Amino acid sequence: MSVSVSFDMLERIRDLFYGLLEARDRLRSMGMDWPPRLDGVEIGTVRVKVGFQAMFRNGVIMDVTNVEQAQVAEGAGAVGVMVLDKLPYDVRKAGGVARMADVKVVEEVMSHITIPVSAKVRIGHYYEAMILEQVGVDLIDESEVLTPVDEQHHIDKWLFRTPFVNGARELCEALRRISEGASMIRSKGEAGTGNVSEAVKHFKAINQSIRDLQGHRDDEEYLRDYARRCQVPLELVALTAKMGRVPVITFAAGGIATPADAALMMWLGADGVFVGSGIFKSQDPESRAAAIVLATAHWDDPETVVEAQRMTSEKSAMLGMDIRTLKPEEMLQTRGI
Amino acid sequence: MRVGVIALQGDFPEHAYALRRAAEELSVEVDVVPVKRPHHLRDLDALVLTGGESTTIGMLLKRTGLLGHLRDHLSSGVPTLGTCAGAILMAKEVRDAVVGPTSQPVLGVMDISVVRNAFGRQRDSFEADIDVEGIGKVRGVFIRAPAIVKVWGGAAPLAHVQHPRAGRVIVLAQQGPLIASAFHPELSSTDIHRHLLVLAKK
Repeated sequence: MSVSVSFDMLERIRDLFYGLLEARDRLRSMGMDWPPRLDGVEIGTVRVKVGFQAMFRNGVIMDVTNVEQAQVAEGAGAVGVMVLDKLPYDVRKAGGVARMADVKVVEEVMSHITIPVSAKVRIGHYYEAMILEQVGVDLIDESEVLTPVDEQHHIDKWLFRTPFVNGARELCEALRRISEGASMIRSKGEAGTGNVSEAVKHFKAINQSIRDLQGHRDDEEYLRDYARRCQVPLELVALTAKMGRVPVITFAAGGIATPADAALMMWLGADGVFVGSGIFKSQDPESRAAAIVLATAHWDDPETVVEAQRMTSEKSAMLGMDIRTLKPEEMLQTRGI
Repeated sequence: MRVGVIALQGDFPEHAYALRRAAEELSVEVDVVPVKRPHHLRDLDALVLTGGESTTIGMLLKRTGLLGHLRDHLSSGVPTLGTCAGAILMAKEVRDAVVGPTSQPVLGVMDISVVRNAFGRQRDSFEADIDVEGIGKVRGVFIRAPAIVKVWGGAAPLAHVQHPRAGRVIVLAQQGPLIASAFHPELSSTDIHRHLLVLAKK
């Protein structure tokens, strides 16, 4: 079922949350109207925030650190870029506190390419998000790759008119993020490892939960119990059960390094893929980027995936690391759940 | 009736859904088929070019060899609806509001000139009611939308939007059986899809 059927329900959930938080009144008292209106046109609606990601379907969003890389990504057919200060692989190596990218770099990238530009903010950091919205970033990733500033709470994303994407390892986590206003979900995977195994695990966990919910779609008690356990509105759980999928666009992320990795994630039900370190940490970024785009759009056609895989060489691929060698404190995916 | 939806990248399930609903409303039998390869174009009564990233779709069309076939197909008079990225691909002239001229692959079959990202970035994406000639009021969903800045030759404007910053802009144009839409009718209604199916029935 198409995600467009979920708009009305998500709008109701937004209203429900506003009712609980009285955020709308708070905004009004600050002199802001919500949703914002210009003469005759309405901006920041659920429909434009969630519909935007439908345009990403079967696409690849690539991590970049400068204008040259962004232009390579655009030329290869990416549907968007994610501007970072350091690629996740280097974040992992460097340690310390990882923060939002330089505003100057973000602005420079925006003025040089025509495709959507996204950037990451630290979990719970309202003001990094506010800055990115002001700058005009098209999509904000509240990301566990950066160092969280709030261990307890994520950003209340209903307050922004820029859409947000959040990571999730299982369905409850995804639904919690949606109820906070995320308009797109991605698997967390284990970023910067070049190892897709965690992303596979997270997608399988999500798929399994959705099958369970589908089996109980008419059992209100079951759905109510599930909603209570996940701490999300019943309406959202019922919608998920009815649609048989996460009600917003869901991408795979974390360790995708080859065309075959991308095709595998699409086969597992992803609507598209994020590629982080996999492209610009390889020896053949241009052809690898184009190959991953091709394999993502044609994942259901083995001949084309072979053609894509042939465009890359395993000798040039990012080396990657075994997740089992990581210490628990080195895991990024357990941040912000 | 067989209606193809280009299913390379973008919101093709939304279009398939809107087409099926439009067919129900008109009580006609419609098979909606995905088009990813040149041979999928056979025996189609109508076609939809979806929203998405026009650069990505253009590149994939070129790589799969669909670009040339599709151009011939559209020139042969098959009724076709292009929304957002689809409209950009159908235009003879394309440039970007920020970057300027783009060298992206396009079909170039309609006498229209299009400016990409004409209303600003995603935070400026909006909804507005628009009056469509011969159809009436339609809720327009504009997502990083292009604007049709000029029509000539066989193309005629069907609808405008009054935008606080961009002014009065053409957002829907038709040239014979080809329809270009700057907004996303598939996200709000079935009116434009019904219009396409009626064109295909003739």
